[in-house]
Amino acid sequence: MVGMSGWKKFGVVCIFLAPSFIALVAFSLGPMVGTAWVSLQDWNLIRPARFVGLANFRELWHDEKFHRGLFNTLYYLVGYIPLVTLGGLAMAVLLNTRVKLVSLFRAMYFLPVITSWVVVSLLWRWLLNPKDGLVNFLLRKVGIHGPGWWTDSTWAMPSVILASAWKDFGFVMVILLAGLQSIPETLYEAARLDGAGAWRQFRLVTLPLLTPSMFFVLVISLINGFQVFDQVWVMTPNGGPGGSTSVVMEQVVKNTFDYGRAGYASAMSIVLFAIILIVTAVQLRMQKRWVFYG
Amino acid sequence: MAETIVERPVALRGSTELHEADGTLPKRPVMRGRKIRTRLAGRYLILVVGAIVMIGPFLWMINASLKTDRDIQQIPPSILPNPATGTNYTRVVNAFPFWRFMGNSLVVSLLSTFLQLFLASTAAYCFARIEFKGRNLLFGLYLATMMIPLQVVIVPLFIEMRNLHLVNSYAGLLLPTIVSSFGTFLMRQAFMALPKDLDEAAHIDGAGHIRIFFKILLPLTAPSLATFSVFAFMSSWNAFLWPLVITRGSQEHMTLPVGLSLLQGRYQTSWNVLMAGSVLTIAPIVIFYVFTQRWVVRSVAFNASKG
Repeated sequence: MVGMSGWKKFGVVCIFLAPSFIALVAFSLGPMVGTAWVSLQDWNLIRPARFVGLANFRELWHDEKFHRGLFNTLYYLVGYIPLVTLGGLAMAVLLNTRVKLVSLFRAMYFLPVITSWVVVSLLWRWLLNPKDGLVNFLLRKVGIHGPGWWTDSTWAMPSVILASAWKDFGFVMVILLAGLQSIPETLYEAARLDGAGAWRQFRLVTLPLLTPSMFFVLVISLINGFQVFDQVWVMTPNGGPGGSTSVVMEQVVKNTFDYGRAGYASAMSIVLFAIILIVTAVQLRMQKRWVFYG
Repeated sequence: MAETIVERPVALRGSTELHEADGTLPKRPVMRGRKIRTRLAGRYLILVVGAIVMIGPFLWMINASLKTDRDIQQIPPSILPNPATGTNYTRVVNAFPFWRFMGNSLVVSLLSTFLQLFLASTAAYCFARIEFKGRNLLFGLYLATMMIPLQVVIVPLFIEMRNLHLVNSYAGLLLPTIVSSFGTFLMRQAFMALPKDLDEAAHIDGAGHIRIFFKILLPLTAPSLATFSVFAFMSSWNAFLWPLVITRGSQEHMTLPVGLSLLQGRYQTSWNVLMAGSVLTIAPIVIFYVFTQRWVVRSVAFNASKG
């Protein structure tokens, strides 16, 4: 360690830390405090703000539209997380072998991850177009009359879930693949010596040792999933048919910029943030029950 | 929260061995005969089906972008464009200042990446190499902000930018993206992995912290810098919500994804035009991906939290 003392050290620390610290306060910590402050105001961003205390939160408590937004966000999570986890797991397991062209397949499976949400949403809006979309065309070929997808209030959210999972399979795959490759081969050998077949090896060796990676995937997907916005905004504009895909973030943006209700929108942000914190904390608590650290 | 952070590297330890995995996996005992061949064939079949599902939509997108207005509306859809046309691309480029959008995206992404690298590595050096009072507390504060998503602070952030007169400006697009606590975390790990003898020797030779940082340690963290910059560039290129909010009402500083979403408003059902716009939007990042594939896959595994 380079020795220094007093003001000189203070100066050096300042030089190194000041740029990021100022940015941190200005664009992250400050606005966080700002969100809390704005959530107590009645403010359309034009007139001066008026302090209303917890009125915004009380209104949220009774606002059916907001409840719908919360419900839709949960609906999204309940569909998206199992789908993307299982799909990503399947891909990772398939690619965790000595097949040729592994890196080619992996690169292909990963391509949607680097694509912007706007492109993915437009693309799937078109593929799932009820009239002349590819998916319904293929379904018709096998004798199924495809649903109205994003034009239909029942199928709009499943459409969003499908597109989102497709985009993120590769992401889950990469994380789980890393987990799979760190499982020592000796464990499989031992299992085989004990007469375990492929399925038992998977269940008794692979799955338990993969739980740390799975846990990581779950924590990240939940945090990101609660904030779902881009794909909903582009695939199903204006909250979708009958408000069936109106999620919390969509309502935050609408309330701030269209309805002139910045305070109310901030209250929504606070509620969302609180939910994310609680869910993450619960997950951290629960991990002892199922996550296996070798 | 701290728990997740500490565990992350453990969960991802394998990712360093991930790239170019072919043939590097541990050997399995050899199964013989027909059984192994059918099994392998089955595996390939599933892999190919998977590839069709993942790549097919992109091919269908390029295909559609080359179709004429009449061709695109055919039911059942024609397999290949007949005749193939490039007019959709000219329509996209003429309908909106598309090249300007692309330029904006490029400028903002590059600057954002550079600034993120700079801020994260200076802070990381300080946390890894200088002992001062309150260091752990301050570092904890940096990590805690990882939990604050842009989504949650978007309203005050917009108000702040408006008060600074930065709505519809490059600075407005850029500033909220420049501080990355995860980058700080990643770079701190990189600095801590370097032996301390290096800086001590340099110090004896009379080098100060600034020289040690720039001349000796920073070059040695190149792999981490590369990983982090690839990720920063990609997430900046694909960002949607903040650019959407901060460029509302003016196309001058709009980025490509926001421009594309505008295109949707104008060409509701002209899928050939929309797909041409989509192809133009992803082309740069796909080219970027092809050349940096190894780093991209790694960086995502590392940076999973920033989404």
